[in-house]
Amino acid sequence: MVAVLELIDNLAGQYGRDRSSLLPILQGVVKQENYLSEYAMIEIARALNLPAAEVYGTATFYSFLEYKKMGKYLIRICKTITCSMKGKNQVLMAIEDMLKIKVGETTPDGMFSLLQTNCLGFCHMAPAMLINFDVYTDLTPEKVREILSGYLNKKGGADDTRI
Amino acid sequence: MTPGYDLKRVDFIFQDESDWKEILQKSLGRPSAELINELISSELKGRGGAGFPTGFKWKLAADELNPIKYIICNADEGEPGTFKDREILTKVPMKVLTAMAICGYVVGSHEAYIYLRGEYFFLQPALNKAIQEFQATCQELNFDFRINLFMGAGAYICGEETALFESMEGKRGEPRNKPPYPTSFGYLGKPTVINNVETLAHTYTIFKYGAKRFYDLGVQYSRGSKLFSVSGDTPKPGIYELELGMSLLDFVHDFGDGDTKAVQVGGASGFLVPQKRFAETTIGFQGKLTGISLPTGGSMMLFNSSRSMYNVLDNYLEFFREESCGQCTPCRVGCQQLLNGIKAVKRGEKNALYLDKLLRLTETMQYTAKCGLGQSVANSFSSIVENFREEMIY
Repeated sequence: MVAVLELIDNLAGQYGRDRSSLLPILQGVVKQENYLSEYAMIEIARALNLPAAEVYGTATFYSFLEYKKMGKYLIRICKTITCSMKGKNQVLMAIEDMLKIKVGETTPDGMFSLLQTNCLGFCHMAPAMLINFDVYTDLTPEKVREILSGYLNKKGGADDTRI
Repeated sequence: MTPGYDLKRVDFIFQDESDWKEILQKSLGRPSAELINELISSELKGRGGAGFPTGFKWKLAADELNPIKYIICNADEGEPGTFKDREILTKVPMKVLTAMAICGYVVGSHEAYIYLRGEYFFLQPALNKAIQEFQATCQELNFDFRINLFMGAGAYICGEETALFESMEGKRGEPRNKPPYPTSFGYLGKPTVINNVETLAHTYTIFKYGAKRFYDLGVQYSRGSKLFSVSGDTPKPGIYELELGMSLLDFVHDFGDGDTKAVQVGGASGFLVPQKRFAETTIGFQGKLTGISLPTGGSMMLFNSSRSMYNVLDNYLEFFREESCGQCTPCRVGCQQLLNGIKAVKRGEKNALYLDKLLRLTETMQYTAKCGLGQSVANSFSSIVENFREEMIY
């Protein structure tokens, strides 16, 4: 972990300071920070010599570039048609019940955030979800409780599954 | 129900790829005009859904005089019900990279990108490794060609080619007006060939076996085979390579659960076909003389009689409302109003005739929306509302 300013500088050095480097830089910041703070967006704008509004406009367009503070583990459950048909709501209820949060919320300890997302491309193994960038498929309420228990048990440790 | 013929399973795409170096070397030794003619005579059409003739696309880019050109592999697979491109990139990545390099040779480009959707981030390490191995071979062959991996960030619209360029240029993924087309004005304003993952994999087959092997499959206007992503109410969901031109009745006979009420062909932006139309519908590109021929990016979602078509449409419209880029009014406001409209009819706040007004709205969107997203909302909306009107009301 490096300070955001240093991180932005490193990323700009790696990808270049052209406008076409904007997405990789935004993604690089989200990878470490889990979201884009206003401060980070302003500093990125400065590094690339762009208006801050342009950076904000671009960042907020993409659903995988969070601009609100997110938990360490971001759960994205697919809500598109096949997952919905195959029991997404029951899985979602199991998650909400276990973590005591609703869609769009983060647990008070900052460990988990829960979001719904559009088609993940695992319709043949529905319902599916992502936790950060790990995919879980063929979910049932029982299975999702087991998966989350795994995360809850390791959350005390220093490991971080975010790639 | 007696099917006309058994579905023809094909095995080209996932065939062993260990001969990629040989195919690359052989193709780089052929005149580029000959390679283009091979592709044109195969009649391969784009497999992302739009169906533009691939050989012709390469030729248009090759004819451009600009010294800087780009090759882009569109792996922003976001259409609901589609998951074939990930499988190709997982199982036979070398075929795709080889096809990109051959394309680069043909059109005179030295720089290529794979635009991979953000949801498939976990593919990145394996894909980077494949790219490294491939680059090393390019160097051995003294072929100046670089392939880069560009990650998307969760926007369905970026699968639209000009929105994809905007996204790569660091902007909001808002489609551009066409023309100019990508082959003359694409990424960074340079001539660009942008092909779907599966299209590239098919060109590998064509360069390996020759155009005829490919052309002999399928029917007129719809040559070759295609990967189908099968999901929904089916006992065997998954990815299947089938010959184009099959009848939907045969497809349902093979993949249905015996109670199939309707099939969504081509994802949320495609058409819903009710059971009474299965026999007259074939899967392929427009232009077939008899019956209805539906193009598809390969998404086939089956629904049985336990499913409410209202819920299906509601789900699609919510998807479109969220994924509309918001740039043009017909699509931005249209998607919102369609969703509000069917909810109001369902709740009884509007009478059933309001559905006809909504149908006219989709017609307006079809004519006035800037890109394929807004234009194609009409497809699923009208095919569901017209065939299952009572389910929308009661």
